[in-house]
Amino acid sequence: MAQEKVKASDRLVAIGGSAGSLEVLLCLLPALGQINFAILIVVHRKVSNDPILRDLLASRTKLTVKEIEEKEVPVPGTIYLVPGDYHVLLEQDKSFTLDYSEKVNYSRPSIDVVFESAANVYADKLVCILLSGANADGTEGLRHVKLHGGSTIAQLPSASDVPYMPEQAILGKVVDRIMNIEEIIDFVKNF
Amino acid sequence: MEISINDEQLKALLSDVLDIYGYDFSDYSHASIVRRVNRLISLDKFPSFAEFHFRLRTDAQYLERFVEEITVNVTEMFRDPSFYTALRETVIPEIASKPFIRIWHAGCATGEEVYSMAIMLHEAGLLHKSLLYATDINPSVVEQTRRGIFSLAHMREYSENYIASGGKHDFSSYYSAKYDRVIFNDMLREKIICSTHNLVSDRSFNEFQLILCRNVLIYFDKYLQDRVLKLFDASLERLGFMALGSKETMKFSDVHPSYHQLGKEKIWRKKK
Ligand SMILES: C[S@@+](CC[C@H](N)C(=O)[O-])C[C@H]1O[C@@H](n2cnc3c(N)ncnc32)[C@H](O)[C@@H]1O
Repeated sequence: MAQEKVKASDRLVAIGGSAGSLEVLLCLLPALGQINFAILIVVHRKVSNDPILRDLLASRTKLTVKEIEEKEVPVPGTIYLVPGDYHVLLEQDKSFTLDYSEKVNYSRPSIDVVFESAANVYADKLVCILLSGANADGTEGLRHVKLHGGSTIAQLPSASDVPYMPEQAILGKVVDRIMNIEEIIDFVKNF
Repeated sequence: MEISINDEQLKALLSDVLDIYGYDFSDYSHASIVRRVNRLISLDKFPSFAEFHFRLRTDAQYLERFVEEITVNVTEMFRDPSFYTALRETVIPEIASKPFIRIWHAGCATGEEVYSMAIMLHEAGLLHKSLLYATDINPSVVEQTRRGIFSLAHMREYSENYIASGGKHDFSSYYSAKYDRVIFNDMLREKIICSTHNLVSDRSFNEFQLILCRNVLIYFDKYLQDRVLKLFDASLERLGFMALGSKETMKFSDVHPSYHQLGKEKIWRKKK
């Protein structure tokens, strides 16, 4: 299989967002030039099978944006979107496994599930960024990321459309750095 | 602190489950099985992995619980309406002329997908000459499929899915409600044959015109995915149809060359 010959990205930026996070992504993506790591985006969304989000994000960047396919390996320079209505887990060889199990925090995909699984595999080669949202998803995931040596960032609540989600993570003491949109862009560009 | 098992522990556990009880989970996707085991240890409040392991080794009843909780039995009626539209408009008309229609739902979970199919066959006027085989590794969900009893709370969503998939009747005419449950009509239930069947260790048991195995392969590693697709290939008639979940593919399997995909839905047709 062609995919197996590809070398997996050795670093990963994972971004989790809910209500109010799309506008952050739409600012971040156009600002990125070439990147030598993979980006994983997990957002809560209502309709499960719609390509609109992918198309919208893809229209803002020259990087490849794609919905994750079963057992695919993340490669540098590509942005992976967790499909609606599935969780995504990472295998030890870094390939993605889709998972259709119970919702977590009323959500599938759940940011906690994805961050936690990414932490198990990417350990200190991982940065997780938690954006705007009205849900408490993400906090437990970030705790796990820290435990495994990765770094954690939350969007500045006062600069978030819906501050609740990053706020919960900050209150949970699982956030290394708090950033506004410009700082997040700078950080990802220089990761 | 939550317990998180390591690779060695998982290996030891799965090898005992195989040796003692004959269930082989060794080719399941590693990440998902680790997550399920960790979840079960925490659900059942075991103080350590060792105690969990001991219980599983020594208590056959706990093995039942293990199988129930390790497998993921989440499902819905008319999930992905566009997939059901394709079945309704493309697949069903193609198999309609058969004197007898046999369909296999492998990994049927609690049966929502099977009842959806039975409803569509009924609406196409084909149910009387159809049999739907519903199988799963987990005996408890097979039993639920047989009973055809579901929670009333879901019916609104299912009815919306049904309509989105092209359903034109009154969805509630297919069941009767009692308290917070519904039971699907005998007319549908009579055509459903339920049985346990393990895709890892059991063989082909019939020939079908249509096999559905949706959101099951994602729990297997590539090697097992391929093996199971071969089992389906051996169980599918010439020109028969194979349906997978919306994120699954036949593309990387050895049997792929003898199939072509119908449009963009995850439905393949076996060539002559
Ligand atoms: C997520 S459910 C899919 C239900 C339904 N097909 C759908 O897509 O909504 C996966 C099912 O596969 C079953 N399963 C897992 N391993 C299996 C095996 N080795 N043989 C048969 N069924 C299996 C599980 O018990 C579970 O009910």
